[in-house]
Amino acid sequence: MAQLDVRQKLEILADAAKYDASCASSGTSKRDSRGATKGIGSTEGMGICHAYAPDGRCISLLKILLTNSCIFDCHYCINRKSSNVRRARFTAREVVDLTLAFYRRNYIEGLFLSSGIIRSSDYTMEQLVEVARSLREDHHFRGYIHLKTIPDADPGLIEAAGRHADRISINVELPTAAGLERLAPEKSASRIQGAMAGMKTAIEDGKDASRRYPSAPKFAPAGQSTQMIVGADAANDRDIVHTASGLYDRFALRRVYYSAFSPIPDASAVLPLKRPPLLREHRLYQSDWLMRFYGYRPGEVAQATDEQGMLPLDIDPKLAWALKAREQFPVDVNRAPRELLLRVPGLGVKAVDAVIASRRWRKLSLADIGRLSRSITKLRPFIVTTDWRPTALIDRIDLRARVTEQLELFGA
Amino acid sequence: MYRILLPRPDDVAAWRDAARQAALANIAASDLLWDVEGAGQDLFGASSSPLPPASPGAFAISRHFLRLVDDVVPHRDPERFSLLYRMLLRLLEQPGALADEADPLRRRLDLLAKEVRRDIHKMRAFVRFRELGERFVAWFEPDHHIVRVNAGFFVRRFSTMRWSILTPDLSIHWDGSSLAEGPGAIRADAPDGDPVEALWKGYYASIFNPARLKVGAMLKEMPRKYWANMPETALIPELIAGARARETRMVEQVTPRGNADVAWQALREEASHCTRCDLHRCATQTVFGEGPVDADIMVVGEQPGDQEDVAGRPFVGPAGQLFNRALDEAGIDRSRLYVTNAVKHFKFEPRGKRRIHARPNAGEIKACRWWLDQERAIVSPRRIILLGTTAIHAVTGKASSLASVRESPIELGGGVVALATIHPSYLLRLPDKAQAEQDYARFVDDLRSATSP
Ligand code: SF4
Repeated sequence: MAQLDVRQKLEILADAAKYDASCASSGTSKRDSRGATKGIGSTEGMGICHAYAPDGRCISLLKILLTNSCIFDCHYCINRKSSNVRRARFTAREVVDLTLAFYRRNYIEGLFLSSGIIRSSDYTMEQLVEVARSLREDHHFRGYIHLKTIPDADPGLIEAAGRHADRISINVELPTAAGLERLAPEKSASRIQGAMAGMKTAIEDGKDASRRYPSAPKFAPAGQSTQMIVGADAANDRDIVHTASGLYDRFALRRVYYSAFSPIPDASAVLPLKRPPLLREHRLYQSDWLMRFYGYRPGEVAQATDEQGMLPLDIDPKLAWALKAREQFPVDVNRAPRELLLRVPGLGVKAVDAVIASRRWRKLSLADIGRLSRSITKLRPFIVTTDWRPTALIDRIDLRARVTEQLELFGA
Repeated sequence: MYRILLPRPDDVAAWRDAARQAALANIAASDLLWDVEGAGQDLFGASSSPLPPASPGAFAISRHFLRLVDDVVPHRDPERFSLLYRMLLRLLEQPGALADEADPLRRRLDLLAKEVRRDIHKMRAFVRFRELGERFVAWFEPDHHIVRVNAGFFVRRFSTMRWSILTPDLSIHWDGSSLAEGPGAIRADAPDGDPVEALWKGYYASIFNPARLKVGAMLKEMPRKYWANMPETALIPELIAGARARETRMVEQVTPRGNADVAWQALREEASHCTRCDLHRCATQTVFGEGPVDADIMVVGEQPGDQEDVAGRPFVGPAGQLFNRALDEAGIDRSRLYVTNAVKHFKFEPRGKRRIHARPNAGEIKACRWWLDQERAIVSPRRIILLGTTAIHAVTGKASSLASVRESPIELGGGVVALATIHPSYLLRLPDKAQAEQDYARFVDDLRSATSP
């Protein structure tokens, strides 16, 4: 076989990474290269999206695989052993050079590196760590590094990854153990969770150390995240929400990413033929927000699902919950506590904080709320202001139709 | 009328000095005219005079307001200086007034600040350096006067590089230790030709998943006005145009590759834990389909009955026996068929000691369809025989009457054809014997023609 050049390898190994949902580069510690004689890069907390692809997703990091060869045979994965995709492999050096070349031109915030498993889990993990080590130590790279670890690898290697990376991810792959067994028979839910638990401890120890000795090296300052594939097994949204909230609680994850299963070339027969609607992924992210920033319990999100445990696709989960919990409404924006205001469909965290700040000053009218929110139509049935009380609306059977219809008009 | 001339359009310090002086002199917002050096339009030039000499004095102002000033001043809106001044005067009377976020003036200033911050952010994101000899050079066209405030970001990030950012109004240059300003430039001053651009484009085209085209979401974050300066955006039209074809190719390549048996076993195992609808609560077990996984013909019934629920196998009760008899008469070998049900759990109403069959509803059919689709994908039959309306609904996704579809085959795409007939349990329920015989004969006929080559 002819040698592939870097560009061909890049195309193969980026293509293999395109199914991955996570790309964020935010939430790490602040650093820069001012005054340095060597090195390059900075992070300022908020990640930057340097481009957007036609699939609407942000490109913030150089997201590639070290290799797409794999000794495992997970059915949902295009790189599995039995697939006959074209294979390629980068050397650690090539990845380092590419990252730096792109970074210097301001194309990216850093690197997101994962890999198929070659030879053994430990060998593969060593290679991943070597890329990060070289970037940090040989080139004094201060940009963002996200490493996807191989859960089977030696804990010492995973620890080394945490020393160089801003973020570590360990994918749970599928929302149910049954799905994992069927689609990734060589992976084990308990080993994956074991690795997550180990990482959680290491991150906490790292935080402790830097509290005591400010000079202690930062350990995975952007924490750990995970990803699960949605729509490749029979798990419904209710199952997924419960799995996610369990993961947040047990492993102190920063993020759970959902990746709508998408048809992959050369797929295994075990997979569904069709992708789930992309909107499903979006609704799951919204439900995730409700739990992380709005104080909803997983059971409450489950209330928003239908008899099949699925979130509605035509309206967002917050509105779906509100329509089912009508006894909680309307909420008086001039009196209600923050927790209740956060439950009003159409009022985001920022708007709620603005309401609270403003009402210390004076009583708010419907026009005031209109200035603070994006869509007053959606809000109106759920709130009381000095000049508005929706007594009749909230009990209407056709409320859902009215609110959604108006939303569509609004969007047109 | 007083006139203030600021030296630069983004000069926060000069605005602050002038605003303090004017406020101490009790000048009303409507009596003040703000202008920028070199901006030209001095409409009231003749009738205006400079500010009276500074009167001594000071006042405190919240940090929050100063931040707002920093954010708003770089905006291109000519009214910004005077809006800020109006806000300043209000704050002197009511120091807490900024807390009122719903106030129209505060809101307007917030929006201006937001636009400036967005512009700053977009510059950080969309500046593209090209390597020209020793130096990295970028061309960028900001909406607002943000280049000076944004310089620090690039200094912190690219401190060991030599670089220049050129814009129509102003250029900034970093030589590794200090920052210099120069006049505006033109696009040609940052010529194309960096070989790394080809690699970057290769990356951009490959990381995009054509199965998830969302052009609106892309445009929202990366409006066309930025495209001209980003090498990768030249690929967008072609990526969008080719996406459908690429996705179709991806789906077409989904061919079972020799692991159908393993896949089916695993699927059956997974289905045994299914909780997608409430039917799993009362039924004994999941009754999955059975038969050769490479069968040519698949038969879809309604749901397991009382005996199937206990046995864990489809079509073993009275209706199943009648079905076997009809198959025999039609000359069909059941062991060549893959036989399954639209809904995999028994639904019933308890009546005394008996469990009376109840029809699955649309929600249950929809929930269970997930399994049926998987079975279809693995078995990949050429023909599907639909027994009764539940099966028709499950396979076609639409509730249709049997009469309307019984006569003609339904094309399911990919060369697969479905043929509908009655469910054998219907024959068991018919009170009229003659009618039952007639319908049974027609059922046998249907089976025969559905399986004839
Ligand atoms: S009837 Fe079907 S969808 Fe419902 S629980 Fe049983 S197997 Fe799952």
